[in-house]
Amino acid sequence: MSALRFAAVAALLGVALAPAAAQAHRSWLAPSATVLSGAQPWVTVDGAVSNTLFYADHVPMRLDGVKAVGPDGAPVAIQNGATGKYRSTFDVQLASPGTYKIANVSEGAMASYKQGGETKRWRGAVGQLATALPKDATDVQVTYSSRRVETFVTAGAPNTTALKPEGKGLELEPITHPNDLVASEKARFRLLTDGKPAAGVEVEIVLGGVRYREKGPELKVTTGADGVFEVSWPEAGLWWLEATVQGADASGARKSSGYVATLEVLPD
Amino acid sequence: MRVKPSWTLFAAASGLAAAPAAANAAELSVSVEIPRLSVAEYHRPYVALWIENADQAAMKTLAVWYDVKLKNNEGNTWLKDMRQWWRKAGRTATMPADGVSGPTKAPGKHQVTFSGAQLAGLAPGQYALVVEASREVGGREVVRVPFAWPPKAPARPAQAAGATELGAVVVTAKP
Repeated sequence: MSALRFAAVAALLGVALAPAAAQAHRSWLAPSATVLSGAQPWVTVDGAVSNTLFYADHVPMRLDGVKAVGPDGAPVAIQNGATGKYRSTFDVQLASPGTYKIANVSEGAMASYKQGGETKRWRGAVGQLATALPKDATDVQVTYSSRRVETFVTAGAPNTTALKPEGKGLELEPITHPNDLVASEKARFRLLTDGKPAAGVEVEIVLGGVRYREKGPELKVTTGADGVFEVSWPEAGLWWLEATVQGADASGARKSSGYVATLEVLPD
Repeated sequence: MRVKPSWTLFAAASGLAAAPAAANAAELSVSVEIPRLSVAEYHRPYVALWIENADQAAMKTLAVWYDVKLKNNEGNTWLKDMRQWWRKAGRTATMPADGVSGPTKAPGKHQVTFSGAQLAGLAPGQYALVVEASREVGGREVVRVPFAWPPKAPARPAQAAGATELGAVVVTAKP
């Protein structure tokens, strides 16, 4: 398996790779609009893992883990889903006014071990880990990974019910509403890991449309002790935000949690 | 989310139309020029007029000109394209609204007058009349014209002009 294929498969599984590889492949959900008016409007959403934001140039996002939550906190159907060569696409109808969260949540496990002096690797679902490794495996190092790729859309007036964190993995708790972003105003968010403030975490914020620019703008900010970070948008546009937290659980297994959001910042 | 202007304030104001005139003959006279544009595909702009306080918070929506007569209120679909108005006031409003909704206007100068009763509830101070125009297959522009309320004699028109989607906006607060 070539390095590229390996990266692609890992990205599809939602498995966090070494930082260098993870940077090259960015997961995203790109909605056709984030601020809508009128009765029961629709959004169409593209999902992909690509090198250039937000152009589908690598592999599609698999739709298995994509879910939407409505303004009342209840699940909302993903409709007309299709997966192509480079991207997936689906529709969401905003049947009642308020804010919807669309998220691709994935979990996986990765293990490296030695068998007969040879280093081997395994990756798959967390539930399969117990039976997947050979009995004579030694030097087993397990990494549990979780990843959320999110975006937000609002019909009419925004509300916050759908934004409530689930307390699992790395999550964004908006202080500024994610569908109330304009270029002239700073935005504040809190990063949570398993429901607790994620302090000192670097957040990368990148503007889409890089194909038509030399570079950037790209921002890096670090969360404070309370997990809060602030963003001053250099310009309006569709922005991509990512953070990763590495750690270990009590058993010594590694944990890697990733969070990605696509945020639309409108001009004044 | 910032605290948003109250649409109910407007509703209250429109309800006040029948209330005693409170010896308030003051009025706000607004002239909005919609420019004639030489473009391949022209649609009349959606236009919103509202009042902002010194903090640029919307106090009251005065008028929204849009495709008010499309079936099933389909014109509402594009109300969000008047972005500033939508964020500050429109998204918490119910449209159409009596005395606010009106049809789109042709290129030319349009004179509208708002009575003191319609502006009841505005504390004395400095305000801006804001006009935002958004055109299908076209651009968007916002023009702000300052005025003081209640007006003092003599009435002096204040003016600002857009560059693309709006021409001159003239505001006269008459005591």
